[in-house]
Amino acid sequence: MLKLKVNDIDVEVEEGLTVLQACEQAGVEIPRFCYHEKLSIAGNCRMCLVEMEKSPKPIASCAMPAAEGMNIKTNTSLVEKARKGVMEFLLANHPLDCPVCDQGGECDLQDQSMFYGVDKSRFKENKRAVPEKNMGPLIKTQMTRCIHCTRCVRFATEVAGVPELGAIGRGEDMQITTYLEQSMQSELSANVVDLCPVGALTSKPYVFEARPWELKKTETIDVMDAIGSNIRVDTYDWEVKRVLPIINEDINEEWISDKTRYACDGLLHQRLDTPYIKYNGKFEKASWQEVYKIIKSKLENTSKEKVSGFVGDLTNMETAYIFKEFFERTVETDNYESRSDNRYINISKRENYLFNSSINGIEDADLILLLGANPRYEATILNARIRKSYLNNNTKIVSLNDCGDLTYPYESLDGQTKTIKEIIDDTHKLSKEIESAKKPMIIIGESLLRLENAQYLFNNLKDFLNKKNKFSEDWNPLNVLSCDAATVGNLDLGVLNNKKNLIEDLKSNKFEIVFLIGQDNLNFAKKNEFVIYQGSHGNKGAECADIILPGSAYTEQDGYYTNLEGKIQKAFKASYPPGDAKEDWQIINELAEFMNNRKLFNDKEELDSSMLNYLKLQSEKQTEQNNNNSNYDFNNENLKIEIKDYYFSNVVAKSSKTMIECNNAKTNLKSTGTEG
Amino acid sequence: MSLRKPAKDQPESFEFNASSLEAANNIVAKYPKGKQQSAVMALLYIAQRQNNNWIPLAAMKYIAKFLDMPYIKVYEVATFYTMYNLSPVGKYFVQVCTTTPCMIRGANKLVEACKEKISENECELSSDNSCSWMEVECLGACVTAPMMQINDEYYEDLDKEKTSEILDKILNGETPKPGSYRGRINNEPENNRKTLTDLKNA
Repeated sequence: MLKLKVNDIDVEVEEGLTVLQACEQAGVEIPRFCYHEKLSIAGNCRMCLVEMEKSPKPIASCAMPAAEGMNIKTNTSLVEKARKGVMEFLLANHPLDCPVCDQGGECDLQDQSMFYGVDKSRFKENKRAVPEKNMGPLIKTQMTRCIHCTRCVRFATEVAGVPELGAIGRGEDMQITTYLEQSMQSELSANVVDLCPVGALTSKPYVFEARPWELKKTETIDVMDAIGSNIRVDTYDWEVKRVLPIINEDINEEWISDKTRYACDGLLHQRLDTPYIKYNGKFEKASWQEVYKIIKSKLENTSKEKVSGFVGDLTNMETAYIFKEFFERTVETDNYESRSDNRYINISKRENYLFNSSINGIEDADLILLLGANPRYEATILNARIRKSYLNNNTKIVSLNDCGDLTYPYESLDGQTKTIKEIIDDTHKLSKEIESAKKPMIIIGESLLRLENAQYLFNNLKDFLNKKNKFSEDWNPLNVLSCDAATVGNLDLGVLNNKKNLIEDLKSNKFEIVFLIGQDNLNFAKKNEFVIYQGSHGNKGAECADIILPGSAYTEQDGYYTNLEGKIQKAFKASYPPGDAKEDWQIINELAEFMNNRKLFNDKEELDSSMLNYLKLQSEKQTEQNNNNSNYDFNNENLKIEIKDYYFSNVVAKSSKTMIECNNAKTNLKSTGTEG
Repeated sequence: MSLRKPAKDQPESFEFNASSLEAANNIVAKYPKGKQQSAVMALLYIAQRQNNNWIPLAAMKYIAKFLDMPYIKVYEVATFYTMYNLSPVGKYFVQVCTTTPCMIRGANKLVEACKEKISENECELSSDNSCSWMEVECLGACVTAPMMQINDEYYEDLDKEKTSEILDKILNGETPKPGSYRGRINNEPENNRKTLTDLKNA
């Protein structure tokens, strides 16, 4: 620990911290532009100048390591003058266009010039003008405003792992650009918009939409992937205007993926806002009473074995729970399922479907083995953690398949499951490496769990790791990478049926009534089934439906989601559902009331407490089923990673125009790449 | 000075020839393993030498691949340093120093001569495509100001007439004699004085 003085306050800080961090610990705020906790130190904006005793000049506190006995002053006239001077230089070339700048109201330069700057300009010369740059469909540039803090360059190089941004030219002519002005090829690209302290990089889809003080801000949870990134949803009236990250060091740190940020315009399009009934192949508007009546008579006139229910990928846990209750108590069947394929899942123990090492754990891992997973597209934020681990610890990463560019170097194997068997049988060189690794991580993707031999592979991998004593109090090396926000929550609630194969039954048209809750990923040829679709967006599921019940999207209702690590988090209502649409749990509750004259739950609170109680009971009665696979007839399979199209992975993203543009920008680039 | 942009007409590809490759490998070998990117400046210069004194984009890409670094990093370096030419220059590349000492001694007259003899604007090829000129910062020959550099040779103690003569010779394909044009040898003092022999007006 180092002892130093900041404005005559004694502080003790850890070794390796900078003067700026020491000042922060002393409760002294230092203005800065280029410094950012998550990025490397550049020290080029000079805004953080402070006075240090025995130094003839002010020092840049962000780049100066704190040392024993330092005496730092931040409130002297020298510091004040230095800040004014720096501010004046920064503003020399910065246009005074705040009224037409999207950053206005949340601009570091604006705020700091109010606090630390001078009130008039002595600069009479012409200001520098810089042409706009093309950075793709998400980032709008106005490079005249750039103050060359290089945060964006450092972010792209370090965190995103796509070194495509750079500063060309020198001095006054310096410009930030992508290489030959191509769009940035990263799923994290739009984070540079948050990082930019001025209005040089702003959000293209949000351009001139609203001012920050007009927006209602709701802190909630993202559902675009299973990470459960913490986000802030900004709404103006009903519309979700934008989505921003909030800091959660255990999950998304400070970043969110482009899909999380920009799929929100999908909440405005293709919405289901009133109940519909299909007559002669055409949808007609109906009232809630009418549709409930039809559903009631259909359910009453169908034997309960012929009724099935499927829960989708964005459904919150309350809805899944009440849906399950509805099936068990009102319909009296267990034909419910949350998977959209026949992937192997053993819910007898939570460990079997969680990302057990945890996202933070990635940074401690010393060997990462990817089996049938492409984290770049399946869990972008998690991939950024793997990259961080690679950068900090030079972690060895091996993938069974060649996944293309994952933003870090990795060794790829042949993509055959017999290689996994070799690892399990201790005949592969990786077996030794796993054995010698202190904290190995095996990340199993959903693609592997879809294989015929999934059960064998999963259980034997577990046995193998057990044999090598890799499970300990604080480390569980086996991880399942879920792709969808609802997956883990649904499994915790037991919304699946391992006794029957409901997906196969559905495909062979064995059911008479199919109830889909936000489930759009089932590919089945509809024959005579009566399909009820409840959801927020008109997509595949609603297309084949006979009755549509308009539900709410994730920003329009409170709801719990469990992320892939098993962390339960609550998403809050930021907006309200459009038209006659209702919250999802409410629809089921009303339907149950209509059928039995009794509500399933009196109110949301009762539902919440009942669900949380169920989860608690489940977590207490965890038992390990023993699977003996010694005589299993293993046959080799070619493991192909099937991932959903990144920009169209769910109904919200599918309805988003921005996502379509992103996809176009990406595919255009690809086609020119193959020509050259 | 403004931001230098790469030329519009770019060759499709670039590769080191045998001698450049040898030189490049020699330079890369000077740096520890994994730090080969430090060789980027020298390699850009080698590429410029090989490619008629300018660096095409293809060469930057080639060097980036050669040193296993991102394209943009090589591009940053090439645009930062003004001695890398990003667009074609003449076979005779005239660089006129216009930094303060030369400017005081009449460098703008040299520039006028260049404008008359070679081309109206900087970095523009002459009518026979053999020659181009540009203003540069200090070339370190202030004692013999004003001066200019043509390819690898310095021409010093110039004025407008002498510059015009030199440029005429070049445009005719001759090679004028480098060095002082007022008869000085190296940097010796003018009017025959040897330093400090006579303290008066030293």
